[in-house]
Parts: sequence; C-alpha cells; structure tokens
Amino acid sequence: MTPRARCQARTRTGDRCRNPAGPDGLCALHRRRLAGAEREGGPQPGEVPTAVHTPPAEPGPDPFGPFLEWAEEALEFLGRRLLGEYEVDEFGHDPDLVEHVLAPLLRPLYRHWWRVETRGLAHVPASGPALVVGNHAGTLPFDALMVALALLDEHPAHRSLRMLAADLAFNLPVVAPLARKSGNTLACSEDATRLLEAGELVGVWPEGYKGLGKPYRDRYQLQRFGRGGFVEVALRTGSPIVPVAVVGSEEIYPMLANLRRLARLLGVPYFPVTPTFPALGPLGAIPLPSKWVIEFCPAIETAHLGPEAALDPMVLFDLTDQVRDTIQQTVHQNLVVRRGVFG
Amino acid sequence: MGRRVLVTGAARTTGRRLVGALAEEPEVERVVAVDDLEPLEPFPDKVEHLAVDLRSPALVRAVRSAGIDTCVHLGVTAEPRAAGGRVSMKERNVLGTMQLLAAAYHAPDLRRLVLKSTTAVYGAAAGDPAVWTEAMSHETPRHGFGKDAIEVEDYVRSFDRRRPDVAVTVLRLANQVGPTVDNPLTRYFELPVCPTVLGFDPRLQFLHEEDTAEVLLRTTLGPAPRGTFNVAGDGVVLLSQAIRIAGKPPLPIPEPLVNRVAEVVGRSVDFSPEQVRFLQYGRVADTAAAAEQLGFTPKWTSRQAFEDFAATRLRRLVTDEQVTRLEREAIGLLRRAATWAAREPPR
Repeated sequence: MTPRARCQARTRTGDRCRNPAGPDGLCALHRRRLAGAEREGGPQPGEVPTAVHTPPAEPGPDPFGPFLEWAEEALEFLGRRLLGEYEVDEFGHDPDLVEHVLAPLLRPLYRHWWRVETRGLAHVPASGPALVVGNHAGTLPFDALMVALALLDEHPAHRSLRMLAADLAFNLPVVAPLARKSGNTLACSEDATRLLEAGELVGVWPEGYKGLGKPYRDRYQLQRFGRGGFVEVALRTGSPIVPVAVVGSEEIYPMLANLRRLARLLGVPYFPVTPTFPALGPLGAIPLPSKWVIEFCPAIETAHLGPEAALDPMVLFDLTDQVRDTIQQTVHQNLVVRRGVFG
Repeated sequence: MGRRVLVTGAARTTGRRLVGALAEEPEVERVVAVDDLEPLEPFPDKVEHLAVDLRSPALVRAVRSAGIDTCVHLGVTAEPRAAGGRVSMKERNVLGTMQLLAAAYHAPDLRRLVLKSTTAVYGAAAGDPAVWTEAMSHETPRHGFGKDAIEVEDYVRSFDRRRPDVAVTVLRLANQVGPTVDNPLTRYFELPVCPTVLGFDPRLQFLHEEDTAEVLLRTTLGPAPRGTFNVAGDGVVLLSQAIRIAGKPPLPIPEPLVNRVAEVVGRSVDFSPEQVRFLQYGRVADTAAAAEQLGFTPKWTSRQAFEDFAATRLRRLVTDEQVTRLEREAIGLLRRAATWAAREPPR
C-alpha cells in the first residue's frame, strides 16, 4: 500500500490541498466545489481543477484579507463536518480535523510556550515505514504530541506520526475518538505491524507510564523499555528505527509526589502532585514554559537482519539497549548545552 | 445433473434475494427454501418452500430425500424480539444450527456448506486491535448475537472436521445496509434522532445488500475455497459521519445512562446489549483474504453503501444544498462587512 494520494487541486492561498484524494484525484471538498462551479458555468469537466479557487481579484492592500481567508476556510471546514464530507482511514485517522483543529491548537504551545527546537529531521525518511522511538516524560503525553507536530510541520514531507497509545486512551470518553482521529492506535503488535506494512511512520514510547509518571527527582533517567516489543515489530517488517530524544518535557509538570490511592480510586495510573497542582486547582494544570529540544538521531537499519532475527531474543535485547542508550546519551548531551530550564 | 441447493432463513430479505437469484441460474436444478415465515413476496416456481422450523424432523427428510448438494445457512438472527425473545432466539440460532448440521451430516450428496456469519464474533471493546483479521484470536462476546454466532461457527467448524468431503465456507459479513434490508442498525438510523455514547465515535464498516447477495451467490455456485472470510465494503465510516450523511441530529448520552436509554430505544429497534457496545467502540475487519482467496471485492465501499441507504431510505434534515448555500451566504456577508469596514472614512 502506498501512502495515500493527496488532492490535486490548489487551495485559495495557492498551496497544494493536503486532503486525501479519491480515485479522481480530488478530495471530497474540491469535488463538491468543482461540481458547484460547473453548475454555474465555471470550468468545464476535464479542465485542470486548479481554477476552482479563484485568487482574490485585487491583491491590493486589504486589511481584512487574511481574516477573510481564514473565515472562509473555517466555514468550508464547518460545512464539511456538517455533511460528513471527509475521509478517515481504517484506523480512524482524520487528516482534515488534524490540519484544521488539532494542529492549530497545539502550534502555539510548540512555537511560543515551549519554543521547541527540532534537530535531525533528515534522519526521518521522507517516505516509507519507520519506527520513531522516544523518551517519555511530563505526566501528560505532550512530548509525543510535540514530536508528532514537529514531523507534521517541519519535516519536508510533512509526515503524519501514527503513535501507539496505551489502552486507557481508548477507554476515556472524548479522548478515545481524538486519539484515533489524530492517527494513533492501540499499542499492540498487530496494529504496529499493519501500520508499518502500509508504509506509515509509527511512533512508540516504550517507557509508557513508567516514564510518563516518574517523579521529578528521576528526571531524564530513562526507565525500562517495556519488553522490547517494538524492536520485534521493526525487525519483522524490516523498518528502520529512528530514536528521538526530547529535552524539556520533564519540567512541564514537575511531579513531586504520586497519590497512589487516589489514582487507584480514579482508575488512572498515577495522580500527580506538582508545585501548582492540585493546590491551584485548574490553574495548576497549566504546564510550565520550559525550553524544549527535540533531536532525531541517525536511523538504525533493521532490514539487513531479516525477519528471522525477530525470533532471536539476543538480537532483540541488543537492539533495545542500543536504542535506549542512543536516546539517553542524546538527552544528556542536550541537557549539558542547555542554558537553563526556561532558557 | 444440476445443483440442488437448500437455503435456510430464506424468507428474510437476504434469503429471499438469494433464492430468487439461484432460481434464475440455469445450472441450479432445485432450490429448497426453508423458513417458517412467509416470504415478503412469493418464491419463484422452481423453489420449494419448506415452511418449517430448523428443528423440525421434516428438514432431515428433505435434506436426505432431495439429494441436496449445497446447503446455505442464513438462518442465524440478530433480533431477539422478532425471534420471540432472547431465549427463543438462542434456541433458533444455536439449536437450529445443530439440527441442520445433524441432518447435513447424513446427507450423502452434500459437497458444500456456506454459513452466513457476522463480524460481530469479534465483539467490540476499547482494547481491540484496530483491524481484525480472520486468524486473530478474539475474546468471545459473552452474550447476544455475537455469542450465538461464535457458537454456530464452532459447530460448523466441527462439522467441517467430521465431513472432510464437504467444503465449508464461513462468511463474516459486516453490517448490511441498502434500499431494502431491515436490521437493528438500519432501524437505528431510521430513528428521528440517533442516540450516541457521549465522547465516543466508533469506526464502522458497511456492506451493501447487493454485495451480500453477490458474495453469497458466488460462494454457493462458484469455486468455493474452504475457510473463514471477512466481507465488508472498503474503507470505514465514523458513526458521527454516518449520522451526518443520514442528515440526522445526534443525541449524545453520558455513558452511565446509556444502558437505560438503550432499553427504551431497544424496544423500537430491537437492540441487544452488544450492539450498544458496538456503537461505543466499533469494529473494523480486514477483507484482504476475501479479495485474494474468494476473489471477491464489494462493488460498494462502506461509505457508498451507507450513502445509498441514506438516499433511498432516510429523509435528511440537513441537505448539501442548505449547507453550501449557508456557507456562501456567510462568506458573502463577511466580504460585504469587510468592504464596508475598509472603506474610506467620510470627511
């Protein structure tokens, strides 16, 4: 399966439309627009559909131009949602929603709050399968979201990172559909294999809750890497492993204590106490504005080992350690050169 | 010598359609339609209607004396109320299948057995893999239709072992939609508002009734590979999308109240508890095996199938034209407002 084709039409701003295309090379939106234009005597069938969005008639100084464009796009989006005119893949990934709602919500955090600096994007292949493996910290999985946004916004191929999430995410109302729509799926080898075989970029955080919910005093100490299931999947599908080291996520919610009993009562893996939460109530849920660095490390190829290597526990242990050490070292290097937590 | 086919559950929409199609095939010599219900429209002349329950001894005699070579078992139902209650539904589904298989075991000419099963055997839960393949081990649904379907499949599989000369094909069909098919899910979308579980948006797959008929006809008459196959339209549709395509307002219900609402709604749509779980977590099945080994890919994608169902059966409250017009009007209004605001201020 090749990555899905994009719509061939251009948007009003002249950019390539990034919605997934149907068999006629157009997305649902542009198909509808083209049909509408035909009814009004616009472009004839067969004409290249770039003329669907006419550029603004007079490009002179127009103080409301950007706002109008934004409003039109928002209205178009609302119309699509109201009619169900968008497509999701078999995992429920909804690129239209990501592009118009979820990514714009996270972008201010990425750019202004945490001033994320991303390095080594060249190590992530522009197409085909790869397994991105990262360190996990910060009580809430913002690090995963920031890595995904870095790949979507800053990678030349604008790749969607399909992350493997804990089953809790698919049990919670509101979170469950959002997790699927933003392209994530359950962390199980069946789903990971399927995504990699489809040529997708898959993200995995093997520390899981142990990393996410570790106390502040253990910051930047990588926890055990699960049972190395991710390496097995990478070997079986021959996908390269790209380790990614995130610095900054440990300080967003410094976890001083964990109210285990309350957590058990609420059915969550941990209940954090930070300097501001729960003391300041909802205000305490605002993450601290630490300075972030995300560094993608050189890819570790697995294809030459062959799928049989997935059966050899020694190979699995070695590769798991290699990935973990790479991330740990890169984290330490970036910590040393960091000017300060909020620098 | 032509084919002699026995079809159970023949009076219902799918069965009636298959029986009609079989009667038109020249290679089919005889069709025995088993169903204790009367069909919606009478069977063609070639068809013998055996108006008995699956548990009747008349069935055993018919299977043996008519020299049946192919048995198509469609008689597993998902609707407790139509079957006269859950207990009676289970009796019909499971015991009916056992009786049918017992009769089939003693049918010397039998060469092929086709079972219409369902993707409901996979259940629906938060911890499910995103896409089910036939070989994946799945937790058994503990009640309702899914459980019946699993038990029925188990009996059919054990029959497969005892009669190696019979090619057994199990088709796990996704939820069927179309202009005429009638099942709990189509009735759900026919409600004035569609109750959903607040904060959940499951992925659904649909199968158009024409494709159902086609795949059944093909496995009955064409080359039939043994085995179990998922059959569903390409792609997935989210419940929220389906509700929008249906042009209905959704009615989100908080999870703790869901069972109570389902009980009330269930009275009109004949919903069972596992169908409520289905509307919370959804389910998607991999159809690659059907494409490769059966050579069957549905003509309608999940979305097209549902759109056809919505266009032929449902009255939309929100239409394309309305939304497009509103969109244009709002943009026009904004443009005018912008021009007005940007004009030269009067001196």
